[in-house]
Amino acid sequence: MSHTLTAWIEGIGLIAPGLPDWACAADVLAGRAPYAPAASVLPTPTLLPPAERRRASRSVRIALATGMAAVAHAGADPRQLPAVLSAATADGYNCVALCETLASDDPRVSPTRFHNSLHNTPAGYWSIATGSMAPSQSLCAYDGSFSAGLLEALVETASRGAPTLLIAYDTEYPAPIFAFRPIPDAAGIGLVLSPTQTERSLAQIAVDLTDAPATPLANPALDNLRLAIPALRGLPLLKLLADGKAAQANLEYLAPLSLAVTLTPVPAPC
Amino acid sequence: MTPLHLSHYTQVSCVGDGLAALRRALRSGTGGLAPCRFDGTALPTWIGEVAGLDRAPLPAAFADYDCRNNRLALRGLQADGFDAAVNDAIARHGPRRIGLILGTSTSGILETEIAFRHRDADGALPAGFNYRGAHTTSSLAAFVRAWFGLEGPAVVVSTACSSSAKVFAAAARMIHAGLIDAAVVGGVDSLCLTTLHGFASLELTAPEPCRPYDAARQGISVGEAAAFALLERPPATPDADAVLLLGCGESSDAYHMSSPHPEGLGARMAMEAALADAGLTPAAVDYINLHGTATLNNDAAEGRAVGALFDNRVPCSSTKGLTGHTLGAAGALEAVVCAVALGDGLLPGSANTRQLDPSLRLDYLLASRDAPVKCAMNNSFGFGGSNCSLVFGKRA
Repeated sequence: MSHTLTAWIEGIGLIAPGLPDWACAADVLAGRAPYAPAASVLPTPTLLPPAERRRASRSVRIALATGMAAVAHAGADPRQLPAVLSAATADGYNCVALCETLASDDPRVSPTRFHNSLHNTPAGYWSIATGSMAPSQSLCAYDGSFSAGLLEALVETASRGAPTLLIAYDTEYPAPIFAFRPIPDAAGIGLVLSPTQTERSLAQIAVDLTDAPATPLANPALDNLRLAIPALRGLPLLKLLADGKAAQANLEYLAPLSLAVTLTPVPAPC
Repeated sequence: MTPLHLSHYTQVSCVGDGLAALRRALRSGTGGLAPCRFDGTALPTWIGEVAGLDRAPLPAAFADYDCRNNRLALRGLQADGFDAAVNDAIARHGPRRIGLILGTSTSGILETEIAFRHRDADGALPAGFNYRGAHTTSSLAAFVRAWFGLEGPAVVVSTACSSSAKVFAAAARMIHAGLIDAAVVGGVDSLCLTTLHGFASLELTAPEPCRPYDAARQGISVGEAAAFALLERPPATPDADAVLLLGCGESSDAYHMSSPHPEGLGARMAMEAALADAGLTPAAVDYINLHGTATLNNDAAEGRAVGALFDNRVPCSSTKGLTGHTLGAAGALEAVVCAVALGDGLLPGSANTRQLDPSLRLDYLLASRDAPVKCAMNNSFGFGGSNCSLVFGKRA
């Protein structure tokens, strides 16, 4: 009864600890370069007006930078792209600061704290930064958030018959929530999906629901990253892209389901 | 889009549990707003609180998910036999073929807010703090999935006050893509200090029961609700009063985080997209359930957009004077209001509204009245500029 969803991958964005961009990450994932741990570098969201830029949270920074990287790689116009944002968490620092204020003797909060507490704050800033009035979606499925976002982006691509942008991202919590949700750093994976093959297409992706468990990465350091940051549950898909060979991997979703991802690269032009 | 059938639906809000309580409120114009005493909070505003949640923990087998939001979800599932309808659907379609797509804005944050009052000398939270089962945005879907033993796709949409309108659009796409045969959709949002103090900080909470679209409106009354619907492909010969989802439209304002576009441009795009998705013109719409939060900016922007698109021809109202603004549950709650309007032939009035804002050209319903309703639109607009309009109708 399973139903295969397909699309063409037009662009990739990746920011993760020790993997500052997709070009570097592709070499590391394919085993052409060693993995060197380092903190994630979150670019300043230069598309935002100065006041918003200064106040941009780590969630907003990772989401916007990941999305812009994928859009640039695809050569796409972000104003034309419906965006699917998926994250296991809203901004952790803002959450802790808000809860500290609410637990204090003076529970008055700042308006900016309040609107930055939303799960869809990065989606709002994405549309403000890019000027996109296209629909955007903000999803959460705990550790299955990458797969939930990928499913939604594939379904939207098929449903509208038009390209869709996926931005899966997460950020860390500070203490005291960190002790209960120890996400160590921020990371994001962005994909531009097209319903049809174009001259920019990098690979075809086909996704089915499966009962098979998620596929680990062979490199233990990279597999630790996959398990440490929910958005990076999508790394096995990026490894298939980096390897450049037709192959299959399973991504963590919601037990008992995983996503079976089959990737068929487009041969590079001679 | 190909229409989908709302085979069952229900709600729990401050007007009471189930459709009968909602019907009574819609007909009488008497809602459930009361002065804010929530959790000892003495904010000068009115709220729509669901009674009894403090005393109703989840059954022991689901204690991992216990929080105000999931308690409210369970109250909703148990209203009008909704849980039995879902179990019937599981028997028909199988647990893998039913999607679960629910909306919330604050999930179980209240439990976190309370836990922060009980930090130890080092600032650590109590050991019993329940991040995964209560705090996280997706705990609502995790709880409902566990409650029914569902095994299909499941996700929470969290786009502030459009969350549980957008779940209808996401579920419709998933059904039409062939990934699932049916979907449990809905929204659950519960009172918490974040939203009460947050809206107060924006000076958006009214010192009285909210008066949507009134010339002298002063802001919102925060409410809480659970509302659910079961979406399936329509039967070959649906009943004459079967309620169908006909179209969905979504857009982004790209304007401001907490203020709507002043002319309601994004709102208008969502309404136009929903009509196009349904293959209908504005003239086909018999009733619009407005987002109508009763803030100055929201009602002005939405009113301008509705006036521009529909002229002053379509009866419309906000029902938030009865229920309060139930935030992430508002889309689903007001979808249920539209279903009642269609099924009962009722044009709901706007409780507490005395005089329509004279700057708006609208056929605004101050009082409820009986009239045939074949097609109803539901508007939901959220912070971050997230807009969603839904079109519901009866069998053509």
